[in-house]
Amino acid sequence: MDIQMQDYLLAIITINPESVKGAGCPVFLATDEEQQQKISLLLARILAGDVHDLENGVYVIVKH
Amino acid sequence: MGVVTGFVDRWVILKNDHRHYPTYPHGHLTHLALGFIAASLGAVAVPAIAKPDYVAVTFLVLAAQQFRDIRTMERDTLTSLDENKLVVRGNDYIEGIAMVFETRNYLVILTAMITSGVTFLWGWPYALAAGIVCIYISTKIMTGSHMGDIAEVQPGTVHFNGALLMVEDVVIKNVGLPQTREKILKEGIGVVIKPNDDDARLTLQSLGQRMAIIHDVVSILGSKVDIGEDELKPMARINLDKGYLCLFMVTNEHDLECLVDIIKRVPVLETTRGTTLKTYYGRKAAD
Repeated sequence: MDIQMQDYLLAIITINPESVKGAGCPVFLATDEEQQQKISLLLARILAGDVHDLENGVYVIVKH
Repeated sequence: MGVVTGFVDRWVILKNDHRHYPTYPHGHLTHLALGFIAASLGAVAVPAIAKPDYVAVTFLVLAAQQFRDIRTMERDTLTSLDENKLVVRGNDYIEGIAMVFETRNYLVILTAMITSGVTFLWGWPYALAAGIVCIYISTKIMTGSHMGDIAEVQPGTVHFNGALLMVEDVVIKNVGLPQTREKILKEGIGVVIKPNDDDARLTLQSLGQRMAIIHDVVSILGSKVDIGEDELKPMARINLDKGYLCLFMVTNEHDLECLVDIIKRVPVLETTRGTTLKTYYGRKAAD
């Protein structure tokens, strides 16, 4: 059985940089919502993670 | 006579059903062969004791021990198969299936033994009747209860509260992308499973039972899941206050009626069955 990390934050995509501080993962800045969704989709496919919406202009990609 | 009825018994109770197991024809042959050995063992037991040939009886006991390995064999096979599944069967389900396979061989031994005993005492016409009765009993007693017996299964509405995917009033998960949300609203199906009593409530709370429900539905209706794309993965979450289970899934075949029927026919796993009402304090607390 291979060992994987679960429930781990892989990336943050935001149109609202003030609402993210620190973060142990890459933070991607987007200019508008459309671009944010596009980046999220691409990253989710690349990293095999799920996109979650924090409803404050921040999307996170999480590996479940 | 004993061998024949025992073998027929194994054949009758060997079901190749929607759970994709055992596979046909090789998986079947393995179990039929083992069933034949079990039947032979049971059949020769009575004459061996009657003779009396105690050495033979000792060997029979030794041989019967081998059937304990069947459970291990089934468990190993199913566990290794599970590793490559996108929607897993779960350990509780595997344990349940393995247990059933082992027990069925003991049933075969018993059937063969009874039939051969009846042949020995009263002749074959009686044995034929005894064999048929035994086969009938083994098909009946080995059927456990199903989800439909312990709970009420109803369709539930799938909707969003902001980014939260909900089935009725239970939060399933957070879905970020608007296009995924649209797809879920269009194709997602929600089901509410309401337990009939406190026993059923405990059963539904166990993860093993939830995985069994999801596995059975997915193995029939399919699921829109792929490697790295598990946003549409089926999920079951419980309402902690009221005890009902809400199930969300996006199936290949969008048929709610079939889905409800499939869930009703999911077996209640022996390892997850709640038994609180059988205890004194459980009954007292349930008042």
